[in-house]
Amino acid sequence: MEAIIDAFGLSESLALLSLSPPGWGSNLLRGLANSLQIAFGAFGFGLVIGLFGAYGKLYGGPILRDLLAVYTTVVRAVPELVLILILYYVGSDLINQLATAMGYGRVEINGVAAGIWVLGIVQGAYSTEVLRGAIQAVPPGQIEAARAFGMPPLMLMRRVTIPAMTAFAAPGLANLWLIATKDTALLAIVGFNELTLETKQAASSTRAYFTFFLAAGGLYLIVTLFSGVVFARVEKWARRGQPTLKRAGR
Amino acid sequence: MTWLRPVLLPHRLLLIGLFVLLVAWCAWALRWDWIPHYAPLALQGLWRTVWILVVTTVLGFLLAIPLGLAQAAGPWYLAAPARVFCTVIRGTPLLLQIWLLYYGLGSLFPQFPWIRSSELWPYLRQAWPYAVLALTLSYAGYEGEVMRGAFAGVQRGQLEAAQAFGMPRFTIFRRVWLPQAVRNVLPTLGGETILQLKATPLVATITVMELYAVSSRVRQDTFIVYEPLLLLALFYLVIAGIITLIFRHFENQVPQRRDRH
Repeated sequence: MEAIIDAFGLSESLALLSLSPPGWGSNLLRGLANSLQIAFGAFGFGLVIGLFGAYGKLYGGPILRDLLAVYTTVVRAVPELVLILILYYVGSDLINQLATAMGYGRVEINGVAAGIWVLGIVQGAYSTEVLRGAIQAVPPGQIEAARAFGMPPLMLMRRVTIPAMTAFAAPGLANLWLIATKDTALLAIVGFNELTLETKQAASSTRAYFTFFLAAGGLYLIVTLFSGVVFARVEKWARRGQPTLKRAGR
Repeated sequence: MTWLRPVLLPHRLLLIGLFVLLVAWCAWALRWDWIPHYAPLALQGLWRTVWILVVTTVLGFLLAIPLGLAQAAGPWYLAAPARVFCTVIRGTPLLLQIWLLYYGLGSLFPQFPWIRSSELWPYLRQAWPYAVLALTLSYAGYEGEVMRGAFAGVQRGQLEAAQAFGMPRFTIFRRVWLPQAVRNVLPTLGGETILQLKATPLVATITVMELYAVSSRVRQDTFIVYEPLLLLALFYLVIAGIITLIFRHFENQVPQRRDRH
């Protein structure tokens, strides 16, 4: 093993990536942890927005529907980077005005909370559409049957709509999760210490750009591949008991 | 003006009124006096954004064709690298890819004397070749996956019929397989192109002066935060709308398939 490392001249790169202080490995891992934290938060926040959004779009009044249409159209057509900046400034402005109104001074905004707020709004628009499609894919007979049983709307949602739509929503939500993990990289531009910014700092202080960016790419790739495995299992679980399309003729 | 009729439904009057109020408030309360000074720069930025978008989508699409074909029908030694390429591109953030190419590759090149003495060297020291390369590869990675499905989706009978006519293999590809695959892929192509539009601001981080970079320049020079960003968002909305219209036009050009059941 060491012979291979020496043969490719990798020992220097490995030293740079080691976890103890001369190496920057622990910085990268801390960045990864930050990224994952934000991705989880934003995905969850987006799901909550998406669920309300989807119900609003399907069952809301005409004005609510129009407002939601504006939200999803605008968020999906404007680059995430621009949205992140707008929402970041709007969010910090609002909090600061609130703080001064309540008699506190300027507040330093927690990076994780800001990231979750910003990416969550973006994710919400996408998951509204995913969940709306999934709810529409639930056979109407199932919902009518539940109504005929006299289920109140919340129980109908909890016991029938959500379990039945999970299978349809799973692939789209898996995609959204991957987008969430990758969009955390954009927070580097707002100056938040997630994986990409940590990587850039490590790279520019050691001049080993290639090593560090490749390593960060590897970390993102591991997250992606692992998520793929997890989501395949979730989808299988969500589809249990449903007729499957066996791949015919392959 | 028939297209206005569905917009002007009675219940929308409230929404339209709100929107007009919002626009009026924006015009009155926000600062727009910086616009004349930065207009030439903004036009230049707009031109660069459009230029990068068009070049990278066209190049990316051309690259996606072999990537999709290799995955759909190629031997394993072509399919496996194509598969890995698409997975890596789709699995890592574009910002990281851009930085990897610009800082990483850009710091690697000067170490080779034959590159430093080559004709390409003046270009390799600028940012835009790396921006174009990164966005092209990214588009190819996403679109290659789509093209795989499109190539696989062309019915086998079509290819067998062409073979039965005695068409050479490349002619079958050019006249039968590719046109049908492109037709299948047309609806998703518009969406992918809008995603590509939304990826262009990332190249501002490696000093390409496109539309987004102009807005940050305004922000840094004048400390005006919201106005340039809002205007920028409006620009992107309009460009995305134009892309949608263009692709809808193309889709209408394609005669409807009648062989579906």
